[in-house]
Amino acid sequence: MEIKTDDYSVKYDTESNMVICKGSLLLNSSVEYAPILDLFNTVAEKQVKPLTLDVRELEFLNSSGINTFTKFIVNVRKKRVLQLIVVGYGEILWQVRFLKNLQRLMPALVLKLE
Amino acid sequence: METQIFGHFIEESSEDMEYLKIGLLPTCLSIKQSWKTNGLSAEFIADYVQTFFVGLPKNTKAPIPIQSKYAVKYIANELLENAMKFNDSTSQRFIEIAFKLYNNKLIFHVTHDINSKNVEKLKKFLQLIFSKNPQDLYFDRMEANAISDEKGSGLGLLSMVCDYSAELGWKFEISKHDAPITLTTMVSLNI
Repeated sequence: MEIKTDDYSVKYDTESNMVICKGSLLLNSSVEYAPILDLFNTVAEKQVKPLTLDVRELEFLNSSGINTFTKFIVNVRKKRVLQLIVVGYGEILWQVRFLKNLQRLMPALVLKLE
Repeated sequence: METQIFGHFIEESSEDMEYLKIGLLPTCLSIKQSWKTNGLSAEFIADYVQTFFVGLPKNTKAPIPIQSKYAVKYIANELLENAMKFNDSTSQRFIEIAFKLYNNKLIFHVTHDINSKNVEKLKKFLQLIFSKNPQDLYFDRMEANAISDEKGSGLGLLSMVCDYSAELGWKFEISKHDAPITLTTMVSLNI
């Protein structure tokens, strides 16, 4: 399962059970972000194993993108069964801040900063 | 002409100093093409800062920190996205982003026309941002947006304040006739 354009890609890798986000996400409002949110929610739907969300190679995220990730996190938090791990780079300050904000929304979220 | 100021508004300085200004006319392009100019302009401004920011004497040997470059791109892009979302579609005015480098801070001014309905919406949001703790409001908005999306929830503005410690100000210029209202949003970022 993958959404890929010249600017970004969002891919679910079944083997590692990871959703990997790469590139620059600068889409216009929740309408353009809907396919990405659908991918996140579909992957989370029937998950029994812990799921990893990898944003290490994500270079840019606008506020509509932040909104998309927070919607997904709130959705996972509601389900209460899925364990979610998020991975970013500890040296990239915006990723650290962004992922800590996600963790504040869902305290059970496991944050891995490399 | 009536002028209304909210927040920490700093006027565009007339000092003799380097600045960058970009004018966009959204009616010239399709929405998709216009949207692309936001990111491209923001990237250009961030590159400009990285090349030309000298800073205080103690910083002269160090270029702008990489996280500040990201902050500049993020803020410029959010301001342009907001300008495009809330620009008065009947207006022929350019959306302008002006950017000035000081030795310890960066200042953005984004100017565009706005209709009275969106002015009321923005003023309601400003009342909230001045009466509540911005961090609490930021997370309240994230939770609320997860349930139902609202155009202009202010998440972008709140993230500038909460994630980048930016100071914001707004200026409304209301002419006496039926002409559109002109809004200037100012963001000051210490680096």
